[in-house]
This record gives sequence, structure tokens and C-alpha cells, in this order.
Amino acid sequence: MSWDWSIIWQYLPRLLDGALLTLELVAISGLIGFALAVPLALLRVSSNPWVRALPFAYIFFFRGTPLLVQIFLIYYGASQFEAIKQSVLWNVLSQPYWCAIIAFSMNTAAYSAELIRGAIQAIPRGELEAAEALGMSRPLQVRRIVLPRAFGIVLPAYGNELILMLKGSSLASTITLLDLTGMARTIIARTYTPLEIFFAAGMIYLLISACFIGGFRLLERRLNRYQHYRHHIAHEMTDIDPRLQD
Amino acid sequence: MDLQGFGHLLLAGAWMTVKLALASLCVGLVFGLIGASAKLSRFGIARWLGMLYTTFVRGIPELLLVLTIYFGGSMLLMGIGGWFGYDQYIEVNAFVAGVAALSIAFGAYATEVFRAAIQELPKGQWESAYALGMTRGKTFFRIILPQVWRLALPGLGNLFQVLLKDTALVSVVGLDDLMRQAYVASGYTKEPFTFYMAAAFIYLGLTIIATTITMLLERASNPVTRGARA
Repeated sequence: MSWDWSIIWQYLPRLLDGALLTLELVAISGLIGFALAVPLALLRVSSNPWVRALPFAYIFFFRGTPLLVQIFLIYYGASQFEAIKQSVLWNVLSQPYWCAIIAFSMNTAAYSAELIRGAIQAIPRGELEAAEALGMSRPLQVRRIVLPRAFGIVLPAYGNELILMLKGSSLASTITLLDLTGMARTIIARTYTPLEIFFAAGMIYLLISACFIGGFRLLERRLNRYQHYRHHIAHEMTDIDPRLQD
Repeated sequence: MDLQGFGHLLLAGAWMTVKLALASLCVGLVFGLIGASAKLSRFGIARWLGMLYTTFVRGIPELLLVLTIYFGGSMLLMGIGGWFGYDQYIEVNAFVAGVAALSIAFGAYATEVFRAAIQELPKGQWESAYALGMTRGKTFFRIILPQVWRLALPGLGNLFQVLLKDTALVSVVGLDDLMRQAYVASGYTKEPFTFYMAAAFIYLGLTIIATTITMLLERASNPVTRGARA
């Protein structure tokens, strides 16, 4: 067995092409998924049990079954119904690209909705009561207090979800898409050097995760800047009076 | 469950899924304990190796891990065989490759769960064991580990659910698990939606069973809910 670095360099451009598709899938389904997750989470915390039931069933199904089943259910499953094949929907559902996007979006929506629900319930009651006391209506409270606070609270957990999604996006390769994993598999089918190429693909995945983690740290500082505010003041005060140090 | 005569096939697949998940759980727990011990070790090199393990494995997709071990594993074994003059083709069994990949992934996450649980125990436990003349190893197995289970159980329960769903990935390299059997059945009957939906509900059922067992274990491991007196 020999380890061949040159094969990695030779195929690196193709792997990067694959990485680009991976990023595209994660970005598009991340946005759609997040847009779906917010209303799901808001319905999930409703006081009416009938309103709560539907998002609960949705979240339960998507979190309780493997992503691979969900992808196959959409990609292969849709073709079982003649009605779908005759409709305009088929233009979308016959393409693996859109099937992957639909599956990833619905999957991440379920996980993110649960995270956002947790964040909404973690908002200190006093803040909501204060909003009430100021005479804010429910929709205004949601828009100005609940959601902005929930986003700040959910951010670290959402960063993890995004990395799980990045890893899940490798399943796109099972429905013929040439994402990073799919590209690696195609290259290996030709060169038969699984160790080198999978290693290179793994390193690219790691690099992307590292970028996500870094990006979320920055975003977290921004959204939760009230937490850093006191430090900032404290520093200024120690500048003025050395006795306040420590 | 009949499903045009394919019901028993799905059930056989589900049994394979359960076996794969339980085997990976057992091996993965060992990896997790080794990883946590490495991360909390006095030796810098062990901490560094532990860090390397969790960072790498948690950052790459499980599917890539399965593929690497399945395809790369036979290359690796053939290479090693070559040194000893054995030049036949060696194929890695899909089940073994699956257990290896899933337990490595599970172990990386379990490392963090165990590490947090061990650190949560008061330092006094170590100190009193030391005062009684116990070695570090003995303290770990007799004093720390029995208490760690209780603290780690909720985290491990979540990880097992992830593991259960990740078993579906091993169907990609041809293991006859639930997912693979649904694929086979839908190929014969041309009813993919029916069979993938059936598979989805079996996975849901397995998840519910796993959650229930975790809950019972949590209750049993906590003296308060178990009804024991202090």
C-alpha cells in the first residue's frame, strides 16, 4: 500500500467543486429550514393543544427517522403517484437537486424549531411581563422581544445544528448529486485510491466546520452583545480608578 | 404486517438494524471511556490525542466515515497483508465496517459526555479514595465510574438515538438492514413511497423503544425516583 499525495493535488479542484455544491445545499436549505422553523416553533408554544399538535407531529416524525429515509421518501417515493407525475410538481421532484433541498430543509426545520422553542421558553418571564406592562400587543411582543431574544439564546445551539446539517448534506451523494462526498466517490471509482481522496474530502469538511464555528462566534458576540457590555464598562472604570481592578 | 409479502423482509432488516445499533453502542461506549480518560489524563500527549480524535471525527460526515472504513479498510488490510506476502483480495464485511464507523463516531461524542460527567463529580471523591490508599485506577473503576453512569445517562440516551438513525447509512455499502430491505422491496413492487414510509415508521417505533428504555434506566439509576431511602 502506498500513500500518494500527488493524487490529492491532481483532484483537488474537482473536490473543491464538490465542496461548492455542498455549501450551496447547506446555505439554501439552511435558509428555507430556518424560515419554516420560526412559525413551527411559535405554533409549538401555543397555549391551544390543537394548534400545538400539528408541529409536534411534524417535529416528532422528522427527528425520529433517519435523514436517508426522508431523502429516499421524497426522491423515489414521489414517483409512485401518477397524480404527482402528471402535475407541475414533477418538474421539481424529478430533480435530485431539489429533492435534496426539500429533504434537508424539512429536516433542519424540525431540529431548529425544537431549538427555537427551547429558547423562547428560556426567555426570562420578567421581560415578557415588562413588555406587557408597556402595553405591547402580542404580535409586537413577538416581533420586538420574543424573537430577537430567542435568536440570541439559540445561536450557540444553532451553530451545532448547522454543522450537523453540513455533515448530513453528504447524503446528497446517495441520490446521484456530486457534492463533496459524491465527487470523492466518483473520483475513487476511477482512481481506486479511497484512502487519499476520502482523507482529502474529510479535511475539506473539517475546514468548513471550522469556518462555521468561527463565524458563529462572531455572530454570537454581536447578537448577545449585552453580555459583553458590562465587561466593557468595567474595563473603562478600571482605567479611571486602579482600585476597581480585580 | 404483510405489505405484499415483503413485511417479513422489513422485519428481518429491522432486526439487523437493532443488532448493528447495539453492537456499535457497546464498542462505542468503550471508545468514549478511553477518549474521556485520554482527555482528562495527566499526560499531555494523551490529552492531545483525545482532542485530535474528537475534533476530527465530529467534524466529518458519518457517511464519509462509513465509506472510508468500508473501501479504505480493505485497501489498508490488503496493504498489511502484502507485507506478509498475502496478495489475495480482502473484503471488509459490511457489518464490521458499519460497527467500526458508527462506534468511532459514537465514541467521539460519548467522550465529551463522559468527560463532562467525570468533571462534574466533586474532587473530594478522588481525595477521599486517595486517603483510603486506593490507586488512581482503582478509584476510577470503584468510585468514579459507578457515579458517572448516572450523570452520563441522559446524554448517552440522546447519542444512542442519533446512532440508531445513523445505522441507515450502512445500507449504502450493502448491509441488509431495514433501509436496504425497503430499497429492495420498493424495487420489486414499484411502490417506493409505501416501503420507505413503512421503514420510517419502524425507525420511529425503535426510537420510541430506545427513549423508553433510557427513561427507565434513568429512573433506576437515581435513588430518589427508585424509592430508595437515604
